[in-house]
Amino acid sequence: MGHDTSYTDQEFKVVGTRVNRPDGIDKVTGRARYGADAYAPGQLVGLFLRSPHAHARIKKIDTSRAEKLKGVKAVVTSADLPDLTDGNRGLLDILENCMARDRALYDGHAVAAVAAIDRQTAKRALKLIKVTYQVLPHVTDVDEAMKPDAPIVQEYVATDGLPSNVSQVNQFGHGDVDKGFAEADVIVEKSYKTEQTHQGYIEPHACLASVSPDGSGELWVTTQGHFGFRINCAQLLGMDMAKLKVTASEIGGGFGGKTHVWVEPVALALSRKANRPVKVVMDRDEVFKATGPTCSTSVDIKIGAKKDGTITAASAVLRYQNGAFPAIWGMLGAMTSFACYDLKNVKSVGYDVLCNRPKVAAYRAPSAPMAAFGVESTMDLVAEKIGMNPVDFRIKNAAKEGTLASYGPTYGPIGIGPTLEAVKNHPHMRARLGKNQGRGMACGFWFNFGGQTCTDLNIGLDGSVTLTVGTVDVGGSRASLCLIAAEELGIPYEQVKANVADTASLGHNDMTEGSRGTFSSGMATIFAARDAIEVMRSRAADMWEIPLDDVIWEDGQAKAVGKKHGNLPTLSLKEIAAKSPNTGGPIAGHNEVVADNAGVSFASHICDVEVDPETGATKVIRYTVVQDAGKAIHPDYVEGQFQGGAAQGIGWALNEEYIYGDDGRLQNAGFLDYRIPVCSDLPFIDTKILEIPNPTHPYGVRGVGETSIVPPLAAIGNAVSNAVGVRMDHIPMSPPRILKALEEQNS
Amino acid sequence: MRYEAPTSTKEAAALLAKEKGKAYILAGGTDLIVQMKTGLIEPDLMVDIKHIQAMQTITTSASGTRIGASVTGAEMGENKRLKKTWPGVVEATNLIGSDQIQGRCTMVGNLCNGSPAADSVPAMIAARAKAVVVGKNGRRTVAVEKIVTGPGQTSLAKGEVIEAITLPKRPARSGDAYLRFIPRTEMDIAVVSAGVNLTLERGVVKTARIVLGAVAPTAVLVPAAARAIIGTKLDDAALEKLAAACSAACNPIDDKRGTIEYRTKVAGVLGRRAAKIAYQRAGGA
Amino acid sequence: MAGVLVSTTINGDAVDFACPQDETLLDSLRDRVGLTGVKEGCGTGDCGACSITLDGRLVCSCLVLGVEANGREITTIEGMADGNKLHPLQKNFIEHAALQCGICTPGFLVAAKALLDRNSNPTEEEIRYALAGNLCRCTGYDKIVRAVQASAKEMRRKR
Repeated sequence: MGHDTSYTDQEFKVVGTRVNRPDGIDKVTGRARYGADAYAPGQLVGLFLRSPHAHARIKKIDTSRAEKLKGVKAVVTSADLPDLTDGNRGLLDILENCMARDRALYDGHAVAAVAAIDRQTAKRALKLIKVTYQVLPHVTDVDEAMKPDAPIVQEYVATDGLPSNVSQVNQFGHGDVDKGFAEADVIVEKSYKTEQTHQGYIEPHACLASVSPDGSGELWVTTQGHFGFRINCAQLLGMDMAKLKVTASEIGGGFGGKTHVWVEPVALALSRKANRPVKVVMDRDEVFKATGPTCSTSVDIKIGAKKDGTITAASAVLRYQNGAFPAIWGMLGAMTSFACYDLKNVKSVGYDVLCNRPKVAAYRAPSAPMAAFGVESTMDLVAEKIGMNPVDFRIKNAAKEGTLASYGPTYGPIGIGPTLEAVKNHPHMRARLGKNQGRGMACGFWFNFGGQTCTDLNIGLDGSVTLTVGTVDVGGSRASLCLIAAEELGIPYEQVKANVADTASLGHNDMTEGSRGTFSSGMATIFAARDAIEVMRSRAADMWEIPLDDVIWEDGQAKAVGKKHGNLPTLSLKEIAAKSPNTGGPIAGHNEVVADNAGVSFASHICDVEVDPETGATKVIRYTVVQDAGKAIHPDYVEGQFQGGAAQGIGWALNEEYIYGDDGRLQNAGFLDYRIPVCSDLPFIDTKILEIPNPTHPYGVRGVGETSIVPPLAAIGNAVSNAVGVRMDHIPMSPPRILKALEEQNS
Repeated sequence: MRYEAPTSTKEAAALLAKEKGKAYILAGGTDLIVQMKTGLIEPDLMVDIKHIQAMQTITTSASGTRIGASVTGAEMGENKRLKKTWPGVVEATNLIGSDQIQGRCTMVGNLCNGSPAADSVPAMIAARAKAVVVGKNGRRTVAVEKIVTGPGQTSLAKGEVIEAITLPKRPARSGDAYLRFIPRTEMDIAVVSAGVNLTLERGVVKTARIVLGAVAPTAVLVPAAARAIIGTKLDDAALEKLAAACSAACNPIDDKRGTIEYRTKVAGVLGRRAAKIAYQRAGGA
Repeated sequence: MAGVLVSTTINGDAVDFACPQDETLLDSLRDRVGLTGVKEGCGTGDCGACSITLDGRLVCSCLVLGVEANGREITTIEGMADGNKLHPLQKNFIEHAALQCGICTPGFLVAAKALLDRNSNPTEEEIRYALAGNLCRCTGYDKIVRAVQASAKEMRRKR
């Protein structure tokens, strides 16, 4: 269906208001049901046995004693998950990640699973499983993994015909960087490292799986995309997709980490083997060890500029550690690195590198923060060298409408310039700083995604509206979508109720990722509502016995227009709905769409820090986010996304990191030593929403969820540099790293 | 696992003494239950001491203060008299974990868990705290610094229970303070810490005890640091000497929480800062 | 595994349950009593999602044994509203958009109530430190702190 998605600059009645979310009461009373909150008659407890080695050949798994333990109903190893992937290596990677096959590829890699009548029995059973390992050499550092003599993580990955840990290399850019650097008055070249971080959602992965002997099954699961989970689980287990009903629970945070299957196919396999429902809830240490954190990276940035501030060339080499399975993270890093700027000569090369670490998953604007850390730190260094204010330097080089982006496309109207102007004029920039305090700023970019979406809208006999969507609500999207439906139909927000449907009740929807939820489901909601309006117009026309063309829809009611009918009383949505049984039956609207042309999004952040020069402790004392939302459907939740992303970025910048020992084992798999920001670590996070409409969405919506995590690493790095004069090139800027840098500077 | 909740210390000691399997004392459980959850320990018997009256109260007499073994951090924080007399001991205990942890955690549990980074321990040692130990041979009183012998190790014999901690009578013009360094503002284990307890005479430090945490297998009493400030009005030179003595006393490790260099340097910084607070609390200028 | 019978008062109601002696109160509340508003985020006392009060004292239910609850009074998020009237904190969390995913919300509400019960007029810093044992990964805490401030103000007015 070719709907016109163009921005129309309409006046809004309810969109943009700060209404209460529909799921609020359930969530403040404890009634909302998350992944671990489902129970089924006769359910078993599923637990996993995981590799204690970073890399090992699995020579033998003896499960016989576990199977004999009273109360154990099923034990599953890779033998119970045969390769049905028909040569699809990507799919086989997913299977192998869920359950190790001949080799354990990282500390925490699943090697077996049991289902038993209770937790205590399942725990005892795990101890009875005997795995014979042959420990193999491992590698956990991205630079080490690229060396010629590094242990090989995946034997099928090769570079120039030789086994390698580099799974792919991608180059982006245009112009001639050599020529550009030759024209530069100053050139700054610097290398940076960032450590691996985890999304840190508070809800561990959890599911309740039930497979019947007839091959049909149900899966209740915390996920960002239950349709995608259905595809993966059905493919890996040889089930018909239609026979596997996947229901998305309320989700306790995802940030990209719940876009992949981890325990779910195994839970289904356990249930199939036991012929009983099986509940699996990961422990927190399993979440850290065996789900998908983001990459650690090693990045080289080079930027050249003329004395007047014009950048003549920029280049980047980016090495992204993908964990044990090939992915596209280095490619995304290379694409995003210079996206904020209008550059004549630019080149970025992204390497995707395998290590003996867990399979990397998306984490909020995946890959962009690390590239931005290098680029935005270097931008400040260049500005300093040419004696220019860092904001002015960025404004001078900011991308604008018509700029050829470094990753290929030509931009339409975009927000980087306006966010920078807003930063320049923000009172925060003029606030006075105290001793050991410094201010920094940085910019960030994210593409935003669209993708496949399918939405139903049903109007009840009483005129209340059920909106049925297939995109999981991770942060308030049901409220936004109800606002959109109410806006289109011309009815109060309270008259609409949004539900997230299971896979048996709606067509395919892509995951809630890439900031696509409100963008794409919003678009489908608009068209589904318009579809329903067409039905209601035709019902009104029939009721009035006048031509359809003489009926318009306005303010939630059908109006007859034209000389002949102008005096007919209007028919409200409620009146039309009440009559629907006699006018043609239920009234519904529907839309399926591949929502392309998500609008790119830019942000500029300002940050003040105070550094204790004797301990290296850094405290963020003031923080401001300026970001282009396109259109803020529900401003509270847009602000919430800005604040949440900034807070995650602050944690990443200062304290969060995966710490591996020489043995390749993760040493801090818990919230005690994987230090996400606590309430007392942060100040209020001020936000400023800019609205530069996305020309290819009827309301101008861009995504808002991700860009806010991109600038903080560099903004804080720049602030630390301005506070105590040390340029930090290694994230996190933990107290020991800062103190060391200070001492090196002083000596 | 069996759970027992005796109502007297003697009964608790007897239960522990006769258990053949692995027996543990449950006070606040904020370390013990974590260790169970993560599979570090698998108790056969757990003896809950929270139903023993002698362990439940904070009392003050002519000889000093007695804090029962099951008194929580939150209860200590709410005891105005204790807080006024021993602000350093109370602030150290109150730094353990969140408000939720404070509702359960105890000083004695913090001590017997044997962590080199335990927050209350340097403050207790600085305060000359003693542990009242009850076993089958009766009751003995032991200096707190003699309890922990290494990470996770104590000098307590099988069947011995600490019933209370005693703090000595406080001379006038005394002050104590505890500081720790953590990467966040809350919820972390100390990377390095320092407890200082001192008494003044006419503005001059007369006695002092300075104890460091998380820089060695057990908390470290640093007499050289005390000597550096005794007889001074805590001038900058004395403080620098104190800091140097603290750093010199460190024998730390590199781990996920900090480096050897970092701990060594910051031990001096914290010792100096804590001494200043204690000095002020003692009425020094 | 041999279980023991535990008699408690939960949210004002007499409740008995049987549990193994090494089971945590968190697991007992969720799996035996059916109070799944009490959430598990870590199981090690680091995230506060399982916050409850035990005899009026704020604790992590993951660090309490089920058997320890015998004879004691428990309140959970399920007991916070007065009938169908939300507690001011619950109302303000919704109105100030203080939740996104909502998994941490029950723990925050229980902890915030414990704070306001003993300090009706906390400073921003006091709120932040009192809630430091509750992790939220969605909001950056901004709107949570504002919701607690608004609740404190509202509750003071009503007194």
